[in-house]
Amino acid sequence: MGAFLLRRIFQGMLVVLGVTLVVFVATRMVGDPAKVMLPLSATDAQRAAFNHQMGLDRPLGAQFITFVGDLSTLDFGDSLWQRRPAIQIVFERLPNTLALIGLGLGLAVTLSLPLGALAALRPGGVADRVVVFGGLFGLSLPQFWLGLLMIMFFAVTLKILPTSGVGGPSHYILPAVTLAIPSLARLMMLVRSSVIDELNQQYVRTARAKGMRFHTILFGHALRNALVPFLTLAGWEFISALAGYTVVVETVFAWPGLGLTAMKAIERSDLFLLQAIVFTVAIMIVIVNILLDVLYKLIDPRIKLA
Amino acid sequence: MAVTTHAAPPTAAKPRSGSFRPIALELWHDKAGMIGFTVIVLLILMAVFAPLIAPYDPAIQSVAARLKPPAWLPKGSWEHVLGTDQLGRDVLSRVIYGARASLLVGTSVVLLAGTFGVLFGLFAGFKGGRIDDLMMRLVDIQVAFPGLLMILLIISAVGPSLSTMIVVLAVTNWMIYARVVRGIVLSVRQTPYVEAAEMIGCKPGRVLFKHILPNLTSPLLTLGILEFTNIVLAEAAMSFLGLGVQPPATSWGLDVSNGKDYIFVAWWLITFPGLSISITVLSINLFANWLRVTTDPQEREKRFARLKAVERRRNGAPAGAPAKA
Repeated sequence: MGAFLLRRIFQGMLVVLGVTLVVFVATRMVGDPAKVMLPLSATDAQRAAFNHQMGLDRPLGAQFITFVGDLSTLDFGDSLWQRRPAIQIVFERLPNTLALIGLGLGLAVTLSLPLGALAALRPGGVADRVVVFGGLFGLSLPQFWLGLLMIMFFAVTLKILPTSGVGGPSHYILPAVTLAIPSLARLMMLVRSSVIDELNQQYVRTARAKGMRFHTILFGHALRNALVPFLTLAGWEFISALAGYTVVVETVFAWPGLGLTAMKAIERSDLFLLQAIVFTVAIMIVIVNILLDVLYKLIDPRIKLA
Repeated sequence: MAVTTHAAPPTAAKPRSGSFRPIALELWHDKAGMIGFTVIVLLILMAVFAPLIAPYDPAIQSVAARLKPPAWLPKGSWEHVLGTDQLGRDVLSRVIYGARASLLVGTSVVLLAGTFGVLFGLFAGFKGGRIDDLMMRLVDIQVAFPGLLMILLIISAVGPSLSTMIVVLAVTNWMIYARVVRGIVLSVRQTPYVEAAEMIGCKPGRVLFKHILPNLTSPLLTLGILEFTNIVLAEAAMSFLGLGVQPPATSWGLDVSNGKDYIFVAWWLITFPGLSISITVLSINLFANWLRVTTDPQEREKRFARLKAVERRRNGAPAGAPAKA
């Protein structure tokens, strides 16, 4: 376990280093910060002054060392937009995003288990067809469009839910449902197919033959065994939501989380703020990945940590 | 049951490369797959022949005809079947032209990322040992990147354009091909026929492309098609966010974004482009679902068993004799 954790932490550091390299290359070598961050009307002298002030006229190697040094102390520079340390803004907005992800994924996880299991009881039956088609349908809807349609229906036509922003609990409903739909579709289809596979196993036949009640077989054995791939996918859903897939939902519903902040940073050409968001999320993903690996081990003792 | 002249024995037909008729027949018998396939063909035709089909130039604006509703609504007219947007552009024409962006980006990204990922996976799986370890570690590292946020950062640093989007999407989506291919190569390498080929002195290139690659066609085809839907959705989302296709070019995602400020007065602006994205992705998913079941020997076996079980229940007789057409 100890060696495993060390190896995973080392790998996590490689991930952060990789992100650092890509961000450095993209912002300093391919892109031109002066061009992105200064207005079009800036003169050459102003550009040169900006480059000098930011240290962008020094050799690339020296720039990279300063860059890494700043990052290791969580110093991402001041946000050009809000004129304060970028990392402060990130920590302010992060809870909003986490709440949205928690609610959306919680919804997807709790609904997908019963729906998927129901479909698996009779493959090809009515419930199964509804679930399979519903799943394919849920995977085919672009999230931004789904969100706008729901705003149109529930907020504009029926006027029962707020269109956007934060406030009471009712503000959570539409963004959380929008975020949940594609995850729900994927998780539901996975539960369905793994429970079908489990119910066809020999041990289920044995359990039936010796007279075990069906719902004990289903809940005690089939669903429980289906839980391992389910958790893998649920973990992946969480990570990819964290990795930026909330951007679309947050933009549609004006939800003041990290995603919307990233879009605002892009609009205002605030590379420092964007950089701070990318790094915070990268570090969080590394940590979540390690926690998930440990969790699998606890759930399924057969898994060897390597 | 209708008697067809080319009655192939149901599901017993073993598709070999080069024999398309049994496959086409199977597709014909699967309603959902057939609908998906038909819609895909229509979409491709629509994208290719857009200038001939579209009633208007998608970029032409007209102040006189702003925000006209679709033809079947009280104020609509058949001049603009699906209405017009806030600049008086014809929604139907924009929807037709929008197919081009989706299909172009989807195809080029899948080809670029697929080629690189497949070569990477083939090489890693074939070399094995330390090189394989190192290469797959690289894949692990990139998979753990915060994908979409990195895409946003790179695009905002480089500047949004169609080609930037294609390159960035390809660079961030090749890993899945590498993983799938490497897994299959590792298992196929153990088979006697690959060992035999190596034994009689086939060069590595020949073993790789003649003996190992054919095992990959079916899973890669399905993977590529499913990835295609992901890319279509990604293109739409990025264009919606303003980081993909740039005006005056058209894209469904861009059109939804243009219409989002008018949802109170003109529901058709976001409805039709969004519907086009959904229909495209849904049809490809339906087709891919059929393809996966059809090209996977294990799935075919299951389906065959199910068919036999149904027959047995229906006839009350032991199955075995082929059902008469």
